[in-house]
Amino acid sequence: MTNITVNGKQHQIDADPNMPLLWVIRDIIGLTGTKYGCGVAQCGACVVHLNGEAVRSCVTKLSRVQAQQVVTIEGLSANNDHPVQLAWNEEQVPQCGYCHSGQIMSAAVLLRENPNPNDADIDAGMAGNICRCGTYQRIRKAIHSAAEMQRKGGASK
Amino acid sequence: MSVSNISRRNFLRAAGLTGTALFVGLYFPANAEEAKVAGADAVEATDIELNAWVHIDTDGKVTIFSHRAEMGQGAYQSVPQIVAEELEVNLEDINIRFAQGDRQKYGNQVTGGSSTIRGSYKNLLKLGASAREMLIAAAAAKWTVPASECYAEAGHVIHRPSAKKFHYGELVEAASKLSAPKDVVLKKRPEYKLIGKPLKRQDTPLKTNGSAVFGLDFKLPGMLYAVVERNPRLRGKLKSFDATAALKVPGVKKVFKIQTGVFQTFRDGVAVVADSTWSAMQGRKALIIEWDDSGFEHISTDEIYHRQSELLKTEEGLSVRKQGDPDTLLNSAAQKLDVIYETPYQSHSAMEPLNCIAYYQPDKLEIWGPIQAPEWVQDFICTQFKLPREKVVINMTFLGGGFGRKAFMDYPHEACLISKETGTPVQVVWTREDDMTQGPYRAGISYRCQGAIKDGQFIAFKLKAAGQNIYHWMGAPKTQPNRSISEGFLAPYYKSIKDLSIADIPFETPIPNVWWRSVYASTNGFAYESFMNEMAHLAGKDPLDFRREYLKEEREQKLMDKMEELSGWKNRKKGEGFGLAITECFSTTVGQVVKVSRKSDGKISIDKVWAVMDCGWYVNPDIIHAQVEGSILMALGAATKHEITFKDGLVEQRNFYNYIMPRINDMPEVAVHVMDNDENAGGVGEPGLPPFAPALTEAIFDLTGKRIRKLPFKLDEV
Ligand code: FES
Ligand code: FES
Repeated sequence: MTNITVNGKQHQIDADPNMPLLWVIRDIIGLTGTKYGCGVAQCGACVVHLNGEAVRSCVTKLSRVQAQQVVTIEGLSANNDHPVQLAWNEEQVPQCGYCHSGQIMSAAVLLRENPNPNDADIDAGMAGNICRCGTYQRIRKAIHSAAEMQRKGGASK
Repeated sequence: MSVSNISRRNFLRAAGLTGTALFVGLYFPANAEEAKVAGADAVEATDIELNAWVHIDTDGKVTIFSHRAEMGQGAYQSVPQIVAEELEVNLEDINIRFAQGDRQKYGNQVTGGSSTIRGSYKNLLKLGASAREMLIAAAAAKWTVPASECYAEAGHVIHRPSAKKFHYGELVEAASKLSAPKDVVLKKRPEYKLIGKPLKRQDTPLKTNGSAVFGLDFKLPGMLYAVVERNPRLRGKLKSFDATAALKVPGVKKVFKIQTGVFQTFRDGVAVVADSTWSAMQGRKALIIEWDDSGFEHISTDEIYHRQSELLKTEEGLSVRKQGDPDTLLNSAAQKLDVIYETPYQSHSAMEPLNCIAYYQPDKLEIWGPIQAPEWVQDFICTQFKLPREKVVINMTFLGGGFGRKAFMDYPHEACLISKETGTPVQVVWTREDDMTQGPYRAGISYRCQGAIKDGQFIAFKLKAAGQNIYHWMGAPKTQPNRSISEGFLAPYYKSIKDLSIADIPFETPIPNVWWRSVYASTNGFAYESFMNEMAHLAGKDPLDFRREYLKEEREQKLMDKMEELSGWKNRKKGEGFGLAITECFSTTVGQVVKVSRKSDGKISIDKVWAVMDCGWYVNPDIIHAQVEGSILMALGAATKHEITFKDGLVEQRNFYNYIMPRINDMPEVAVHVMDNDENAGGVGEPGLPPFAPALTEAIFDLTGKRIRKLPFKLDEV
C-alpha cells in the first residue's frame, strides 16, 4: 500500500511500487487530465507538481511519492482561474490541447520561481514540453500575460 | 449499398434528446449536387435520412451536432459559429456535440483535405437560416401578423412594429410542425455578426483544466487495457509466441494473437490485456515472440534514395500532365538547370498516441476514440465483422492531434478484435514507440526538375517524381500515375509556362504510407518552389519579380503585394537572408517569406516568417492564424529536425529522443495575414505547411550562397 495525496485528497494505492505515477493517476485514481505522450521524460505531457516541483510523472515511480503531495492539472485551481490558465484562455493557446496540461503545470512553476521571465527564460523553462501542434508562440505570449496578471494581482492584494 | 432508416425519433433517443423540439437537418437527395433542408414533418412523412444538425428545445437551448473531428483545427468552434450566424443565436447558448459516425446521416465526415468548412459552409448557412425562418413563421402565425414584420435576434423573434417578442423555446412546438422553407436569403458579409470575427474557441476552457476528454481519457465500467506487440518489420507474420512469463505479470489477464487490417494487407500481433495500461506494458515486455519476416524486402533508407535517383535518371514515368514540348526546348536551350530534390519519410507523431476503445456485445459493436474518419472506420469494421451498419456505432472524442494518421482503420480494428476476444470493453493503447515504429508514414519522395531559360524567360519545365504512392496501398491500379504529384503547384503556371510536363515514376517498398498534413503538397511544394527560386536566379531575376511574371491573376498579384509589403522584401538589409515560396493546396494559396541571419556563434537563426493566406471566405481569423503558426512549426520540424529512416526493414527512430521535435526555443516569430475577399472558402488546417521549407532554403541561399536540395538538413551545419 502506498499513501499519496493528490489534489488534497488522500489515496491508498495497492499497486506495483514501480508503476509510474502517471498510470496511477490516470488508471487507478481516474484523473485523466495528466497525459501520456512519450513515457521516457521527453515531452512533458505528464508534468505534475510533486511537493510544488514540476516532475514528469511518467518516470516517477509510485514508491517515490509515498506520503507526498501531488497536484495535477485538475487541482491547479478550483475554477480554471490560475493566472496561467486565465492567460491560456485569453491568448487562445491550445489547438488540439493534448500537451497543455503539461505546458500549464510547467509554466505555473516557472512563474512561481521567476515572476518576471523574459523570452529566453521562458524558452529555457518550457523547453521540456513538446507541442506538436506548434502553439509555442502563443505559449510565450500567454506566460508574459500571466506574469502581468500575477503582478497586478499581487499589487491589489 | 443498403440504406437503413433511422427515424428522427430513434436518432434523438440515441442522442439523448427527447421531448418537444424543433429539429432541422440537411439531407442529400439521391444524385443531387446540393443538400436540401428538412424539418421534422418531411422526415416523418418520407423516412428520409437526415444529416441531423440543429436541435432547439423548449428552453431555447440549441444543440448542434458537429460532424467533423476536433483535432486542434477548430471545427468544434467554427461549425457552430457558422450555424449561429444565420440562426441568430448567441454562441454561448449553443451546446456542441460530436456527431456519431454515420455516412448516411452526415455525408462525408472524413476530417481531411482541410475540408470541414470549405465542404459544408454553404449548407450550414442555409440550415441555420432555414431554422430561423421556421421560427419566424411560427411567431408570425401566433401573432397573426405578416412574417415580413418580424425578425430574429439573439434567440428571440421580434415583431418590429409592436416590439413584442418570443423566446425561441416558446416557438419550437409550432415551428416543428412547419415545413422547411424552400429558399432562404442568406446574409451578406458586411451583415455578419459572428463570422469573420476572432471569437474565442469554446473548447479552450476544457483544454486548460484537464476536462477535455481525448480518446485516451475515455473510460467504461469494467474496461480492460491492452497493448499489442506487432511485427517490427511492418509486414511480417507471427511464427510463434510464448506467453508464460507475460501471464505471470500481476494484472495481466489474457494474451492472444490478432491480425489487424492495414489497407488490403494484415499485420500480425500479440495482444496483452491487463487491468491497467502499465501492467499490459509490463506483460508485453515479458513476451517471447518469433516473427516470420520472409517474403518481403528488408529495405534501408540509403537504398530507397539510391533507387529513386536511378529511376529519375533512367525513366520517363507515367504522365500526369503534358503541354507543349518541353523536351525539345530543354535539349536546345543554352541556359538550363537539371537538379534533384529529396524529401524524407515522416511520422505523424500526434501528441496523443493512437488508442481506441471498443465494446463488442452480441447485438452491438461500439467504438470510442480519437477518430478522424468515422465513416471509414464504420465501413471497415462492418466488413471485417460482417455486421450491418446500425450495429456498429462510432463515437468521436477530442483528438490529441491527427495530421492524417487518425484517419486510418487499424487501431479501431485492433480494439474491436481484442474486445471480441475478452468480452469486455477494452482500450488499446499504442506506446510512443509503437506509434513511431509502426507507421504508416508520409512517403519520402525524390524529384528531378529540369528547366530552360531563354531571354530571361522560363520557357520549359519538366518535373518527374519517384516515391511511394498512398493510393497503391489503398488498392489503386499501379498502371496509373499518382495525380497528386501536381498538388501544391499553382494552376496559373500552367498558363504562363507553355511547355511543361509532370510525370510520376512508380516506386514501391514494403513501407506502409498514409497522408500526412498537407499530403503530397508537403513534399511537392519543396521541389516546385525551390526550383522556381533557382530558375529566377538562373534568369538573373529577383524571385518575387520573377513570380510576378508567371502568376498574372489578380488574387496572386494581391497576395504577392502583401508579402512584399509586410516583409519589407525590397528593403532587405545586408546580413539578412530572405526567401519566399508560394504554394496552393485544398483551394487555398499561401505565400511565405522567411528571414534568416547568422548569429555571433556562427549559427543560422530563423528570425521571422511572414505568411499570407488566401483562403477566400473564412469563419474565424484567430483559428486561421493558429493553424498557420502550427503548420509552419510542423514544416520546420520536417525540414530541419526529424526524419524516419529504415535499416534492414526496421524503423530506426523510437521516441522523441531520436525523432527530434522542434521545441519552444526553435519557434521563430510568425506573422500571419489573411486576405479578405468573397471567393469560395478554401482549406485552413494544412495549406500553411508546404511553402515554409522552400522559402527557408531560399533564405539560406540568399544569405550564404549555399543551395539545399535535400531535407532534412541541420540549421547548425549550414
Ligand atoms: S509522458 Fe512523461 S515526459 Fe512524455
Ligand atoms: S496543442 Fe496539440 S500538441 Fe500542443
